[in-house]
Amino acid sequence: MRKILALLMSVFMLVFAAGCGGGDQAASSGSGSGSGGKGGKEITMGFSQIGAESEWRTANTESVKQAAKDAGINLQFSDAQQKQENQIKAIRSFISQGVDIIAFVPIVETGWDTVLKEAKDAKIPVIVVDRDVKLSDDSLYVAKLGTDSLAEGKKVFDWIDEYMKKQNKKPRDGGSQFNVVVLEGTVGSSVAIRRQEGFKNAMAASPDASKYNILASQTGEFTRQKGQEVMESFLKSYGDKIDILFAHNDDMALGAIQAIEAAGLKPGKDITIISIDGVKGIFQAMIEGKANCTVECNPLQGPLLMETAKKVLNGEKVEKLVYVDEGVFPADVAEKTLPERKY
Amino acid sequence: MGKLKEFTSSSLFLPVVALAVLLVFNAIFVDGFLTIQMTEDGRLYGRLIDILTRSSSLVILALGMTFVIATSGIDISVGAVVAISAAVVCNLIGGRGDGVAETPMALAMLAAVGVGILCGVWNGFLVSKLKIQAVVATLILMTAGRGIAQLMTEGQIITVYYKPFAYIGGTIPGNILPTNIFIAAAMVLLVVFIMKKTSIGLFVQSVGINPTASRFAGINVTMVIFLVYAFSGFCAGVSGLIESSLIRAADANNAGLNMEMDAILAVALGGTLLSGGKFYVGGSVIGAITIQTLTTTMYALGVSADQLPVVKAIAVVIICLIQSKKAQEMFDKWKAKRAGDQGLEKAVEKA
Repeated sequence: MRKILALLMSVFMLVFAAGCGGGDQAASSGSGSGSGGKGGKEITMGFSQIGAESEWRTANTESVKQAAKDAGINLQFSDAQQKQENQIKAIRSFISQGVDIIAFVPIVETGWDTVLKEAKDAKIPVIVVDRDVKLSDDSLYVAKLGTDSLAEGKKVFDWIDEYMKKQNKKPRDGGSQFNVVVLEGTVGSSVAIRRQEGFKNAMAASPDASKYNILASQTGEFTRQKGQEVMESFLKSYGDKIDILFAHNDDMALGAIQAIEAAGLKPGKDITIISIDGVKGIFQAMIEGKANCTVECNPLQGPLLMETAKKVLNGEKVEKLVYVDEGVFPADVAEKTLPERKY
Repeated sequence: MGKLKEFTSSSLFLPVVALAVLLVFNAIFVDGFLTIQMTEDGRLYGRLIDILTRSSSLVILALGMTFVIATSGIDISVGAVVAISAAVVCNLIGGRGDGVAETPMALAMLAAVGVGILCGVWNGFLVSKLKIQAVVATLILMTAGRGIAQLMTEGQIITVYYKPFAYIGGTIPGNILPTNIFIAAAMVLLVVFIMKKTSIGLFVQSVGINPTASRFAGINVTMVIFLVYAFSGFCAGVSGLIESSLIRAADANNAGLNMEMDAILAVALGGTLLSGGKFYVGGSVIGAITIQTLTTTMYALGVSADQLPVVKAIAVVIICLIQSKKAQEMFDKWKAKRAGDQGLEKAVEKA
């Protein structure tokens, strides 16, 4: 039995080794045509995505893949499954494959110095996509491309303030202040930090600052499950006081809506709900009257990324910060907008 | 008095005490922790209900894990199997916005549980027939499982708008408690019933203590090991239904994430040794509820989710210390020594 097993194993390994050899050949021929093609415009891009945390992220991935195809760029795509170490591994393998340019969506802000230094030493330009990084040396990347999270946070507060005035809402606990609860994104992620900062700054700067009070703020890790669980806890602690829910992304809001319904309250009426991203699910919820507004965070960054990448490789000068366009979608336009939404 | 003595020396005593301490802590420091209200549509509502709802899938996983660990094995693939099962059920029902199910829900649920069992059978085959070490054998599915789930969902989160799907993790109109509590209770009862009516519990225990001796005693060791892994897969399949129904979606990356560790922890907290042999189903159930209570406590106190593992770890260390025989002996010795020292001091003072 053991002998047979050993035999099987060795056959298996042989096949594998052969497979690896084949792969290497393909890879080397690929990179060969890539480097030879720099004049001939065949560019290879290594792209490390965080993972499929939400519909939004999926749209982001799709946009990058589609744009690469349209631009005739050979895309090496890697899914990090929500782990930084996987991303670092992916970037290292891009470097050893000798891709022309690397783009990645950093899952957290810190810890990128070493691996980006390796990329720089290999003379491969790096574009940071969608989220921010903190580096000791800004020359480690050529451009940051993405959404303006600070502006999104500000838009959230501006919309709330206007909506509360327009609807002539009164605080549910009969006091003088509207109580806000916040579901934050992944702790340490640039988006969560900026969105919160943008929101708080806008609130502090507003003449109506005294009308609002942040009652509680906890992370729901950008997922439905945690959003639901944390909202459940908020409701138990301050059930009849909460006026407004601000969720750092739509998915947490969707989870929270279920928790609010389970508590016997009406989401969208008893508690005004605003979130950021603009995925289809939240439009569906807005049409049902269960959510009030979403501030778009545009995931269709592919075309801009490819354009920037080409400019970089052609030696043109690019801005260090490049932003995509974003809008605000309240519930009354949801029905009209939904069919047009791509994500 | 005899009854009390019997209880304090029983295996369930320490897990129960650990849970009780947590509950008392909560009752003191968290406002309205123990209140249970009736909502307008006649459902019970409160933090205690939340704990039961949220722990139900962990309780089910811990049941399967208890038997696996009792045979001195381990199944670290259950978290990934939860994700697979969630992906299967959501995929079959389909994410159609108009709330129509593409496959009848009962069929989709059966398929999801079936796939769970299939995963368990695969693990069981590797461990019992091919004699691969349990950690290694189940590691295969642990790493591959999420990939399989991702493939099924095409990397998307599939949201199910079909209303009845929410009833698995929510409340069926007219009931006072969420369905998943009943599912967990039914699973526990099923296991207790089987243990009472058959000698399978004894077989499992004997295999865990000494497989060779068990074989000579006429127990089909291969079959017993195979069955416990299949059962663990079944439990993971059912858990997957609950987890996906709670959020009405299949989230291949996050469904059941790290739940295998929580399940192992629940079994350990329940007093079952990881080296196998004697096992305590009741202890595992209480262990699972304790873990969820801890999480709920942290949320109630406003500890953020990223610091939660630290607090959890500290609590676990304390609970494990309380349960450890060696630590107890050391504590007793220290107490005896102190008493001895004090006695000596007093004697010296007198002199």
